[in-house]
Amino acid sequence: MAGAVSVRGLVKEFGDRRVLDEVDLDIRPGEFVALLGRSGSGKSTLLRILAGLDAEVRGTVEVPGTVSVAFQQPRLLPWRRVWRNVSLGLRGAGKQKAAGRAVAEKALAEVRLTDHVDAWPLTLSGGEAQRVSLARALVREPDVLLLDEPFGALDALTRLAMHHLVDQLWRDHRPAVLLVTHDVDEALLLADRILVLDEGRIVAEHRVGLSRPRRRAAFAELRTRVLADLGVDDVEAA
Amino acid sequence: MLPPDKLASPVTVLGSAVELTADGQLGSAFLVSMGRVLGGFAIGALVGVALGLSSGLSRWGERIFDPPVQMLRTLPHLGLIPLFILWFGIGEEPKLALVAAGVAFPLYLNLHAGIRQTDPGLLEASRVLGYTAVERVVHVVLPSALPQTLVGLRISLGAAWLSLIVAEQVNADAGIGYLINNAREFLRTDVVVVGLLVYALLGLATDGLVRGLERRLLRWQVR
Ligand SMILES: Nc1ncnc2c1ncn2[C@@H]1O[C@H](COP(=O)(O)OP(=O)(O)OP(=O)(O)O)[C@@H](O)[C@H]1O
Ligand SMILES: [Mg+2]
Repeated sequence: MAGAVSVRGLVKEFGDRRVLDEVDLDIRPGEFVALLGRSGSGKSTLLRILAGLDAEVRGTVEVPGTVSVAFQQPRLLPWRRVWRNVSLGLRGAGKQKAAGRAVAEKALAEVRLTDHVDAWPLTLSGGEAQRVSLARALVREPDVLLLDEPFGALDALTRLAMHHLVDQLWRDHRPAVLLVTHDVDEALLLADRILVLDEGRIVAEHRVGLSRPRRRAAFAELRTRVLADLGVDDVEAA
Repeated sequence: MLPPDKLASPVTVLGSAVELTADGQLGSAFLVSMGRVLGGFAIGALVGVALGLSSGLSRWGERIFDPPVQMLRTLPHLGLIPLFILWFGIGEEPKLALVAAGVAFPLYLNLHAGIRQTDPGLLEASRVLGYTAVERVVHVVLPSALPQTLVGLRISLGAAWLSLIVAEQVNADAGIGYLINNAREFLRTDVVVVGLLVYALLGLATDGLVRGLERRLLRWQVR
């Protein structure tokens, strides 16, 4: 079976700075991959390329299916009501426009936002807006879901709730996921596989063979190893 | 109290207003002035919006139109009257031109700035959703520019009335300005005040119109 994402020898340069250096990446359909790496290591650059937002690259990039993206900022159109923002996700995904409202309401129910269907985006809290953004990404029924630090701007409690939500949504819809994050626990909680990017190269790979839903206590040892790959000594964190 | 040849009493003013309305003078003067503002506004808005869109949406348009407009806008447009009279004579044209100039600049500047303020993140998100370039302009860029454009519209309308008043003072054979100038010759301060009041009311009315428009179009903004 063809991969959901298949990247070979990807090189990206800004001027004479090489940001991605011969990256190979495969994501199987339905696989949840987390991408870790320090700031400036090229994570967002890679994700933008997979999203088709940057074509000035060398190497081959194949993402055959429908792609959805959720960014760190929800990026909703403030002049469209919440449900309209969600139904915007149907564009370009070969879906009928007429069913828009019904589809949007269903997706909003999945992210537990039934009360805000007709709200204006600027009236939402950060966590609510991010859930709308997730709903917009989901209505496309994507084969590949790209998440660039989608919880980075949220408070710790909201983030915990979002982890459960994403875990649930992923199990219900089974898209291939690439989650860019700085949060090692988040990666261990959600991903099948963890990749570490450093200076434009994938320098480490870990499989997380734990059953779901996961408990933090279960991955203490793996956490130490992933942190070591990121150049962090776990002793002080423990 | 003030002598009547300096300023008429409110009662006299009210009386004259009723009189001028009854004999149709005020009505026809009002229509003439209104026509000038609307005509000048239409021309100025057309020019301002066309140039603002061109230079906001395309790098080429910006390179061609923006430098001259930025240069010209430092000129107080009311100072252009002598030139306009030389170019267009003393008929309706210089008045329309002056109003149009007053309208075009604020509209251009605000529309251009509004378009340039569009959040690149929203554009990127809409690209991922499969929006074409035209759809991005219609659904993302223009709505982003709307609040700033409405600010421009409000300034434009203010400038339109101001331009009209100045143009009608310089010379006019009809309209509210004519009514006022004529009254001055006969020391009719009451009529002068009626004319001024009409100007003020018209300014208020158009401002209210834009406010209403803002309330409707910008409902999505939390205030
Ligand atoms: N448009 C651009 N022009 C020039 N350099 C860029 C551009 N976009 C990114 N870069 C550079 O590429 C490098 C990688 O950036 P990228 O945004 O991918 O990092 P990141 O891993 O996502 O970092 P963070 O965790 O802070 O989000 C950075 O050094 C950045 O300065
Ligand atoms: Mg980033």
